[in-house]
Amino acid sequence: MQADIKRVSPAGTLLVTAVLALLSMLAFMTLGAKGSWAFILSFRGTKLAGMILVAYAIAVSTILFQTISGNRILTPSIIGFDAMYALLQTVMVFALGAAGANAVDPRLQFVIETAAMVGFSVLLFRALFSGATGSLHLLMLVGIILGGLFRSLSSFLQRILDPNEFVVLQDRLFASFNTVNADLLGISAVAVAAVTFVLWRLFPTFDVLSLGRESAIGLGVDHHRTVTILLVLIAVLVSVSTALVGPVTFFGLLVASLAWQITPTASHRFVLPIAVCLAIVTLVGGQVILERLFAFNTALSIVIEFVGGLVFIFLLVRGSAR
Amino acid sequence: MIEIRDVTKSYGSNAVVDRVSMTLPTGGLTSIIGPNGAGKSTLLSIVSRLMPMDGGQVLVDGLDVSHTAGEVLARRLSIMRQDNHITARLSVRDLVAFGRYPYSKGRLTAGDVEHIERSIAYVGLKVFEHRFLDELSGGQRQRAFIAMVLCQDTDYMLFDEPLNNLDMKHAVETMKLLRRLADDFAKTVVVVLHDINFASAYSDRIVAMRDGRLAFEGTPKDMIEPSRLQAIFDVDCRVHAVGDTRLVNYFE
Repeated sequence: MQADIKRVSPAGTLLVTAVLALLSMLAFMTLGAKGSWAFILSFRGTKLAGMILVAYAIAVSTILFQTISGNRILTPSIIGFDAMYALLQTVMVFALGAAGANAVDPRLQFVIETAAMVGFSVLLFRALFSGATGSLHLLMLVGIILGGLFRSLSSFLQRILDPNEFVVLQDRLFASFNTVNADLLGISAVAVAAVTFVLWRLFPTFDVLSLGRESAIGLGVDHHRTVTILLVLIAVLVSVSTALVGPVTFFGLLVASLAWQITPTASHRFVLPIAVCLAIVTLVGGQVILERLFAFNTALSIVIEFVGGLVFIFLLVRGSAR
Repeated sequence: MIEIRDVTKSYGSNAVVDRVSMTLPTGGLTSIIGPNGAGKSTLLSIVSRLMPMDGGQVLVDGLDVSHTAGEVLARRLSIMRQDNHITARLSVRDLVAFGRYPYSKGRLTAGDVEHIERSIAYVGLKVFEHRFLDELSGGQRQRAFIAMVLCQDTDYMLFDEPLNNLDMKHAVETMKLLRRLADDFAKTVVVVLHDINFASAYSDRIVAMRDGRLAFEGTPKDMIEPSRLQAIFDVDCRVHAVGDTRLVNYFE
């Protein structure tokens, strides 16, 4: 009874984060605007749309990955997703040459990358994770080792690559929010919309899945099927975010942990949208700080990891004191 | 009626459940007893489709658990397991509300809310309903999970060692509650028990397992016999009749 009074309502938390997200979007679009509004709106609008897609993809994929794995410190990247992306890029530049790789339609590239990542994840997860004997630790170990293998393969290929082509490759491998790939915005939006549609259908199962495999089956959820579908969707979301801006590792963990911490309930109805809002605040807000405060003199990931890391530690310390 | 036919489960060459066949009739309270590693919990997990079997068949009201849709079974059969580790931070009420998932798919109706209220009150956790599970004692948490099974309101209710962590008072209350489910609501209750005296005092039937096989089955009167208990547990014991109940003294 007493605990009831102190508790913040989840809807209140969602409202606050949503307002913050809107404010950071507004700041991004208007701060320091000089010259033609038509140009500014379309130029910044493209970037903003890209960042929102990435924020959504990373927040949702991380939260859902944590839900199905029953573990709050995992992100899809631990299983070697980033390394796989780097390997795909490297192999492409290696096989086709820099000019050839740049000549390939980015949309075709996106489809191939997504298909490869989905295939990889389904293979890995089906073999190790969803069976009755499936062990999370085994999955993680195999994922980490495969990630290592991908990384070594890429660095081997990079070493025997022509230096000029290597520069082109390096440019592709750095996560950058300044050069959101505009060609891919359309197809990414379609992919994200399709994923969201399926997620919407599965939505009621998320809370049940967070009870663990046995309880979920006991309550009538087809665990094997649902988890496999979710893993495919997560792979698509990770592909979208990496294809748009490149690999971003820490960000998902940060946003998901913050969302679990500040949401007063474990219900996905609130945690998911709050995580998405937080991701938008961090990405878009971080980009504003980067552009206006540091005049592009640093990388967004540094801003995010510095500020986000501090907030995270603060929440942890406060949480343990509570 | 739950029919278990030739069910087998092995890890490597070690059969933990070895060609077990039995029929659990509708209604009443059946206890499954046996030493550690006899395959009791494994059998319960197989019956409740949490674990695939290597051979055999389980029918619940004629529905094969391996091939029936999960949501159909979830409205007929529920299980409370031994270790209930949950990462999500849930209040008692949140947890119990999950029991309605097979019916409402997350959208609670007024009828569902009534079920939730009744189940929480039934296990005596009304005062704690807004507490988080990690703020409860082991026994209270145990009762919260029992309330979730009650809330699922299925004809068959399986409990895997529900008396773990419970003190005398709550153990007796829990067994009485399970007894009432069988008597007042005509549920079929199957319980894995370690305390032979609880099995003796509260069961209609007792099934004994040993080394993955069905050893004996019968009424408490047949089963609570020094020679049988010796064969099941390898323990010398004396049986005393106190009123209608047979109590086992295995301490000497």
